[in-house]
Amino acid sequence: MECSSLHRQLAIIKKNLFDQGFLDEQFYQLEELQDDASPNFVEEVVTLFFRDSSRLLTNIEQALREKHPQDFHRLDVLMYQLKDSASSIGAAKVKNECTVFRELCDKENLEGCLRSFQKVKKEHAILRQKLENYFQLQRQVGPVEKATRSGN
Amino acid sequence: MATPARGVPVAAGEREIHVLAVDDSSVDRAVIARLLRNSKCRVTAVDSGKKALELLGLEPKVNMIITDYWMPDMTGYDLLKRVKESSKLREIPVVIMSSENVPNRINRCLEEGAEDFLLKPVRQSDVTKLSNWIR
Repeated sequence: MECSSLHRQLAIIKKNLFDQGFLDEQFYQLEELQDDASPNFVEEVVTLFFRDSSRLLTNIEQALREKHPQDFHRLDVLMYQLKDSASSIGAAKVKNECTVFRELCDKENLEGCLRSFQKVKKEHAILRQKLENYFQLQRQVGPVEKATRSGN
Repeated sequence: MATPARGVPVAAGEREIHVLAVDDSSVDRAVIARLLRNSKCRVTAVDSGKKALELLGLEPKVNMIITDYWMPDMTGYDLLKRVKESSKLREIPVVIMSSENVPNRINRCLEEGAEDFLLKPVRQSDVTKLSNWIR
C-alpha cells in the first residue's frame, strides 16, 4: 500500500539523519512536544531556526570581510547565538562546526575562522535541504500517531 | 517577610501558574514556551530583560521568571539582580538557563538568589521540577 511505503521511507530518512550525525537526541525531544494542539511544532521551530541562522550567517560573513583589526569578540558572540539555536533543534553537525569556529576565534586565528566558517555554511545548507525533504514527505504521509513511529 | 507569590485562582482551588520566559533566541523562546505549556503553565515570552522589567512593572501576576543567561544589552544575571533588588518583585522565583556549563556563572547566579540553573537544551523533566519553586 502506497501509504505504508511512504511511512517506511520517512522512517528510513529519519533514521539516516540520526545515524549520520545530522541530528541528535534534542530533535526527538522536540517531536515529543508535538501534539494535537501543536501538530506542526517541530517544523515551526525548525523554520524559526533557519530564518535566524541565515541572518546570523550573513552577519558573520560580513564581519569576516571587515578590514583588520578583526573583531573576534563580535564573531564569537554571533557564532554563540548560532550554536545555541542549533543545539536547541538538535542540529548536531552545525553545532559542532560552530564550536570549532569559536575555538579558532578564541585563538584569533583568522585563516582558521574563514575555513571553519565555510564548513558551518555547508553543514547548514545540507541540513536545510535534508529537513525540507523530511517535512515535505511528512506532509504527504499525513498526521502520524506518535505511537506508530517505526523504524527506530 | 516571606510571602510566596500566589497563582491566579482558576477553578475550585486550582491555580494557573504564570511564567515569564525571557530569551533573545526565537527558537529557544518557542521551545521553552511549549515545555511550560505542557506543564500547564500560562506563558508570556519576551525577548529581552528590558521588556521583562516593563511587563513586571505593569503588575500582572507572575509566579516565576525563567530567563536565558546570555542576552545582548541585559544578561539574565542583570535581570535577576534587578528583580531581587526590587521590594515588589523579589519574592518571584527566578530560574536561569544557559547553554554553557560555567561553574562560576552558576554559583554567582545562585548566590544572587536564583532558585535554579538549567543547562540548555532544556528538557521536559527540567521544567516539571520547576513547580517545586512555586509555592
